[in-house]
Amino acid sequence: MPYALCFLLFTIGLLCAVVKKNMVKIIIGIMIMEYAVNLFLIMLGYRLGGAAPIVSPTDVNPEGAIVPQFLASSVDPLPQALVLTSIVIGLGTLALMVSICIRTYERYGTFDITQIRRLQG
Amino acid sequence: MTVPLPVFVAVPLVTAFLLPLCGDKFKRLATLLANAAVLSLLVLAITTIGRTDSYQVGRWSIPLGINMVLDGLSSLLLLTISVVSAAAMLYSVRYMEQYTAKSKYLSLFMLMLAGMNGVVLSGDIFNLFVFLEIASIASYALVGFGCEHEQLEASFKYAVLGSIASLFILFGIGLVYGNTGTLNMAYISQAIQARGLNHGLTFALAMFITGFGLKAALVPFHAWLPDAHPAAPAPVSAMLSGVLIKALGLYAMARLLFNVFGVSDTVGWVMITLAVLSMALGAFLGIAQWDFKRLLAYSSISQIGYVALGIGMGCVLIAEGNLKWASVALLGGLLHLVNHAVYKALLFLTSGSVEMATGTRRMDQMGGLAARLPFTRVTCTIASASIAGIPPFSGFWSKLILVIAAIGAGFYWIAGIIVLVSLCTLIMYLKVQRYVFLGELPDNLRQCRENKGTMLLAMAALALLCITMGVLVLVPALKSSVLDPAVQVLIDRFEYSARLLAGAN
Repeated sequence: MPYALCFLLFTIGLLCAVVKKNMVKIIIGIMIMEYAVNLFLIMLGYRLGGAAPIVSPTDVNPEGAIVPQFLASSVDPLPQALVLTSIVIGLGTLALMVSICIRTYERYGTFDITQIRRLQG
Repeated sequence: MTVPLPVFVAVPLVTAFLLPLCGDKFKRLATLLANAAVLSLLVLAITTIGRTDSYQVGRWSIPLGINMVLDGLSSLLLLTISVVSAAAMLYSVRYMEQYTAKSKYLSLFMLMLAGMNGVVLSGDIFNLFVFLEIASIASYALVGFGCEHEQLEASFKYAVLGSIASLFILFGIGLVYGNTGTLNMAYISQAIQARGLNHGLTFALAMFITGFGLKAALVPFHAWLPDAHPAAPAPVSAMLSGVLIKALGLYAMARLLFNVFGVSDTVGWVMITLAVLSMALGAFLGIAQWDFKRLLAYSSISQIGYVALGIGMGCVLIAEGNLKWASVALLGGLLHLVNHAVYKALLFLTSGSVEMATGTRRMDQMGGLAARLPFTRVTCTIASASIAGIPPFSGFWSKLILVIAAIGAGFYWIAGIIVLVSLCTLIMYLKVQRYVFLGELPDNLRQCRENKGTMLLAMAALALLCITMGVLVLVPALKSSVLDPAVQVLIDRFEYSARLLAGAN
């Protein structure tokens, strides 16, 4: 169910990016999609009552093996690494798109994409 | 001499960060450095022919670490990327003098190159995404490099559609990770072989086809390409049309379909449908264009359809168990990929040369340039003959192989479409020849002069390749060392994961 909501957020962002006429709103739509995907990635690694996946001395029993409680509660660290990377990439895209947006406003004097139509088709 | 694989990413990446330091004062040094880097990559790419290798980044063994994989297909793509980028870089030496901030341009160019090399070498699906984003973001910036009205508009359109495509791909990667618990392509493939495709993975596959289809500009995902490619400076258009849509779109799609998800009839027919639509629509819309570069961009859509068609037919035929004809179809598709990279890069370079000499891209305002630009005219004619499939130029061989594969496999209607679209392509390029190079020379263009120096050198090198590429199929030694390993990688499908897993244990 949370995954379905995540996908709903993704489609809302997609709709926003496709339907809106204002360049800034299109960028906002893309960012909503971006956050939906990030949310999805982070939910993949979510675990109820999870603990940080770092082995401390108390998690190791005298034979040197890791205790089962640790294995049962530690979360998967990989999605978090993915989300960090994806946030940074998203930041790069956002910065570039906003700067294109600003330059376009300087040239055309509007954010309305129906009036920015020098290219046909 | 064997070089570790990350060199292919590290060299352009390091150069990209060094170049802006040169600033405008040491522009010549920056140009020299960039050219040296690209040429050394070309030499290194030639040494990878026939080599298979994998490299574990930071010595972390897979699946914990990230690995880079070199096989026949990667090596073919690396070679193509290096050849086109070397020509485009050589061409930029002179062409980019008309823009400011040349060292920043060179830096973005190298970033794009690093991204593409990374995509074709990566063996980890998330790492592939990261490299894909590096290449895409650099290309959004390069499209808008001129900062004029059209460039900014095109760049924004491209950035929006490109980001949506990337997010589709990232969502697919999330789904794959959730369903298989690994990001390494070999391990994903193993998990899929063991458990088959469930609903989540099928959905991920659909996401990938949409995302990579958008990157490859297959119809109906093509809307950005006719705006973005003409707006970019000519050498960048050559890179975008020549290799970017293939490395980011089709290569990644083929790798995932054949080596990771495994082929099926349905996916193959989806690919064939997209391909046929792209071929037909791109050619029909292209004929109607009067903007030189826009016509070339539509023709790119049409030609990328041929490559996708080869891959799609291969997919269907493998699923049917018809390996013999599948390998012919894939050979045609991959050869067309290489051919198209070379001649479309050349066409965009000649269009840049024409634009630089005349100051316009409107074909109805040109004419009779054959006398003023003899060299550009000759190279453009060679490339046009190539793309239209006139023997013995390169395009003829790949189209011939595709037609043979279609007939051999019993898809007669596909063979008919290939020939028909080829005819439309011929009309398109006859139009280019007629309106740009033949006819009356308008009075305002009497003064225009042929460009000199490195631009001609770059065009001559690519034109030479256009003429001689036929040897890739005709000489058995070259075919078996360059093309066959690439086809074999796709035919063998799960060998890919088996080989890497055997290496890991």
